[in-house]
Amino acid sequence: MAQAASRNRKLLARIGEHSTGIIASVLFAAPIVWAVLSAFKPAAEARQPPLPPWPTSGFSLENYATLNSFGDGLWVSAQNSIYVSVMTVVLSVAVSVLAGYGFSRFRFPFKDLFFILILSTIMIPFQSILTPIFLVLTKLGLHNTLTGLVGVYVTLQLPFSIFMMRNAFDAVPREIEEAARMDGASNLTMLLKVMLPLVWPGVVTIALFAFLGAWNEFLAALVLMTDQSKFTLPVMMTALQSGRFGAIDWGAVQAGVTVMMVPCLILFLALQRFYIRGLMAGAVK
Amino acid sequence: MSSITTAATPAPPRARKVASRQQWIGLLYVAPAVALVVVFFLIPLGMTAWMSLHNWPLMGEHSFIGLGNYVAILRDIRFWNALRFTGYYTVIVTIAIFVVAFPLALFVERPRPLTNLYRTMFFMPAVVGFASASLLWSWLLNVDSGLFSPAAYDLGLIDRKFNLLATFQPAFWSIIVMVVWKVAGFTMIILMAGLQSIPQDLQEAAVIDGAGPFARFRAITLPLMRRTLALALILSVAGSILAFDQFYIILRGGPRNQTLTAVYWIFNQSFVSFKLGYGAALSMVLLVVLVALSLVQLWLLRKPEGLD
Repeated sequence: MAQAASRNRKLLARIGEHSTGIIASVLFAAPIVWAVLSAFKPAAEARQPPLPPWPTSGFSLENYATLNSFGDGLWVSAQNSIYVSVMTVVLSVAVSVLAGYGFSRFRFPFKDLFFILILSTIMIPFQSILTPIFLVLTKLGLHNTLTGLVGVYVTLQLPFSIFMMRNAFDAVPREIEEAARMDGASNLTMLLKVMLPLVWPGVVTIALFAFLGAWNEFLAALVLMTDQSKFTLPVMMTALQSGRFGAIDWGAVQAGVTVMMVPCLILFLALQRFYIRGLMAGAVK
Repeated sequence: MSSITTAATPAPPRARKVASRQQWIGLLYVAPAVALVVVFFLIPLGMTAWMSLHNWPLMGEHSFIGLGNYVAILRDIRFWNALRFTGYYTVIVTIAIFVVAFPLALFVERPRPLTNLYRTMFFMPAVVGFASASLLWSWLLNVDSGLFSPAAYDLGLIDRKFNLLATFQPAFWSIIVMVVWKVAGFTMIILMAGLQSIPQDLQEAAVIDGAGPFARFRAITLPLMRRTLALALILSVAGSILAFDQFYIILRGGPRNQTLTAVYWIFNQSFVSFKLGYGAALSMVLLVVLVALSLVQLWLLRKPEGLD
């Protein structure tokens, strides 16, 4: 009797726990699901309140087509966003791997000073130095160019990714290098052929953070990109949502939001392990 | 701190000379990073300080006016209002995030079936950008085409469609709900890491000693989580003080300019009114606030005494 009662209580607790979990999960997922589903409604239906969220009068890509007709179009902004994000990933990985290796394996003048300088930039919000960044880019002839924006984004990634890479290299035993050096490997081949495969998880982590950072950044892109053909997705979508291209087409907003969210979600779901790793690395420092 | 990790073993003189030339190559490896930080950080930082002492329009000549901009800031009621609103928002949103994130962290901390799925679901909004989230919610909050007001109307909860964004209180709380939705999963993961780092046997020993759940939480969980709590708190506070996207995209600083944050005001002065010098002076004020905060952070995150 008592055993059955305790089993029942346990079962009840289980059910309670999982209902809580499921309800909370639905609440967190709902806004995303709502937007993704609504984006596939025909334009006329998308203007109505999204009840129910899924298309009732047939599946349609009309909203995406409309979105592509605003200003310079969805495709131009999407290309800009892809270019900026991919370049930010490539350059921040290259710069951080080199610097992480340098800080981990060499002794040179001002080493500690440089390291502290790079890490301390995290204390100063870039929002407060945007005006001079704007002027510096103008001086460099990079005003209103995606390249200039990439430069800013890469710099924003450096404190986290160099810290991460230096720790990754520190964790590699020196014996491995010494063995490779006996075989006559030079510094750079050593880094690329011997070390890189060993710090690969760290590289994936910083690449993921660089992509998400660049893809989602709004204020710097808003300030630095003044020409419509250079707008990244968040800037273009905000222009659309503010009614800059006439009456606000909420169907197009849903489509745009979907395009902005889906790559982040896919990357996160595929590389979750690396994302959490990065968070933890940041958290335990 | 980094010199400890590179402590070299003494080498014979000749080898040392070669080795020391080798060591200099390290400079080449870190050079691109240092160059980027100098160009996109150090120089702009110096320029901010320099520009703040000037009357600096976008076009035309700038002129040195000493502390003129700072004197003007003292009289800039709207900036102080923006700063006050930013502080108010920071306090409220941080409390709201913790109220949601802490129970979630306790919920997903222990492994049981489906926990991984729950964690993933709670975390998803955190990887979506603030701009995407704001655009999404500006639609959901829209009075005619959105979700909340029409749904409440259809359910008969209200007899007239209610514009959530038209007056301060509902608009402000809508933003709070949106930010909590977006950020709670992130804070949850950090708190979860802290919870998991508490040794299980400590809790078990306390149970044997007859400590109840509340006593254990107070005497073990909270003290051992001090650094984690401080980190989560700091990330939330620093992020909120710099809030811009959601107020710009969803509210445009309205209704009646009541939700202009500090960064928003600086943005307006610098890139709408093109008072670059004045914007720089405002930035300096914000910078001092945040650096002070960073120092508090270093103090809160110090290693527990007795342990390194």
